[in-house]
Amino acid sequence: MGRITLDKVTKSFGEVNVIPPLDLTINDGEFVVFVGPSGCGKSTLLRLIAGLEDVTSGQIRIDGEDATRMAPAQRGLAMVFQSYALYPHMSVRKNIAFPMKMAGIPEDEQKRRIDSAAKALNLTDYLDRRPGQLSGGQRQRVAIGRAIVREPSAFLFDEPLSNLDAALRVGMRLEIMELHKRLATTMIYVTHDQVEAMTMADKIVVLRAGNIEQVGSPLELYREPRNEFVAGFIGSPKMNIFGGNPAQQHGAQKIGVRPEHIAASTEAGTWQGVVGVAEHLGSDTFLHVHETGLAETITVRVDGELSVKHGDRIFLTPEADKIHRFDAQGLRA
Amino acid sequence: MATQHARSAARLMLAPAVILLLGWMLVPLTMTLVFSFKKYLPLRGGDLGWVGFENYVRFVTSSAFWPSIWATLIIVGGVLVITIAFGIALALLLDQPMWGQGIVRILVIAPFFVMPTVSALVWKNMFMDPVNGLFAHLWQFFGAEPIQWLSQASLPSIIMIVSWQWLPFATLILLTAIQSLDSEQIEAAEMDGAPWTSRFIYIILPHLSRAVTIVLLIQTIFLLGIFAEIFVTTQGSFGTRTLTYLIYQRVLESQNVGLGSAGGIYAVILANIIAIFLMRIVGKNLDA
Repeated sequence: MGRITLDKVTKSFGEVNVIPPLDLTINDGEFVVFVGPSGCGKSTLLRLIAGLEDVTSGQIRIDGEDATRMAPAQRGLAMVFQSYALYPHMSVRKNIAFPMKMAGIPEDEQKRRIDSAAKALNLTDYLDRRPGQLSGGQRQRVAIGRAIVREPSAFLFDEPLSNLDAALRVGMRLEIMELHKRLATTMIYVTHDQVEAMTMADKIVVLRAGNIEQVGSPLELYREPRNEFVAGFIGSPKMNIFGGNPAQQHGAQKIGVRPEHIAASTEAGTWQGVVGVAEHLGSDTFLHVHETGLAETITVRVDGELSVKHGDRIFLTPEADKIHRFDAQGLRA
Repeated sequence: MATQHARSAARLMLAPAVILLLGWMLVPLTMTLVFSFKKYLPLRGGDLGWVGFENYVRFVTSSAFWPSIWATLIIVGGVLVITIAFGIALALLLDQPMWGQGIVRILVIAPFFVMPTVSALVWKNMFMDPVNGLFAHLWQFFGAEPIQWLSQASLPSIIMIVSWQWLPFATLILLTAIQSLDSEQIEAAEMDGAPWTSRFIYIILPHLSRAVTIVLLIQTIFLLGIFAEIFVTTQGSFGTRTLTYLIYQRVLESQNVGLGSAGGIYAVILANIIAIFLMRIVGKNLDA
């Protein structure tokens, strides 16, 4: 079980109000991702749930029980830290055994859980090494192993992949998702990387300055961003958002079109501009188009085979039903 | 890597410093060695020629030798235990955020700036004096008979004085070590359900082991040679005659340079034996 409810939770550090009153429900077995730019309070929120910070006001309930004043260990949650926080002087085996030793679990049960965790995480050959002798990915797996053996009601991940290189990150992302499918335990995952958020989450919570901007499934957020911030934050490359005449034609203060929802042509189209930088990814090419009169740069996704050069004139046509309209407050119209 | 040319230039430029250091060390050591094989009594005939190992035999067979070794070891060991135990406790306290942290830290370090002679005199006259000392007043306040510290409890008194001087050093090194502990490790241990005592035993102490090793090694080297604290307090009486003090007495009070030099060579050997032992026992910590 791992149903976590936040009820009007706030957090201030002295005068600074980091989290204004915030309500959120995380259902049992969900994979929830907190995403937002740096300093948006996502890590603080996770630490509040973990019990590593005290809430200033409000209530945190875990499985219906008030956990607001509980010590971190009593909440039945396990956390994986950004720096992994392995104990450097203990072997991998002892690291994984530590929470069980503290809980007073019998030796043979400890051994059984360590073996099964090591098997699941490919750590069997490394159990007697020290963390210092392991690679980044292996350390990450030890940290996850230490979390698994506690059999927690929910896992908390604090930017666990940000210290890994790009290739390893994709691999670990898949491993964490597989782990979630297998254990079916609630997981809360903090990241600033919207690609991680989109690929992993059942439910994304977009945060800005401690406020929840939108909660929803990845595709809901992609299709119907509630405001300009979410529209710009979710999706890669970023949505093109601009005001002016074209926006007024659509009856809005500002409109947004994703790069993948604009057709490019060398002959005719709604808007025209000059090709700047072209980023070739092979399958796709991202064109940065200037002098359109809409915004300084319009990003367009075109087929990898389309051949245009720097300085070519190009015509752009947005897909009419994929245009997002925003009012003066930046809210979806 | 440096080129051949750069390497020889580096050697050339290092040479003056190396030669100076070697000279500084080798000249006194060689002179001590030479004197230790001579009968040399400055006020009673001066250099009276070579005597072989006679000085060495006389120094060891003297009734003062073994007690002086014990006194040295007790003082060094006592000071090490006190400074490391209290150093860890103080470092843990000073690591807590508190009001006036900067000033408190400077106050804690202050004893290290006081010269050994001065601090020993202050302790002797202001604290340990059986008539006017603060301790005497404290004892009288509770209706007890004041202790004559430097004669009745001479070794503990010296250990107390020297510990007071060296505690700041231990605290400082241990404090920087505690500050370098990743706070996420403590938080992880907290999440893992470790109470404060377990966090201290399993996380903080192992993290401090390297710093403790350094404190142990450096303090041992310096403590083997403490002299001023004994000179201004007990003058080596009441069982506080350490090896260093015995050598001093042989050379200056008995005016026997040869005998004292032989003692000096024993002191060098003792320091090396202890250093090797310490390196063996705790050196492993430095590799990890």
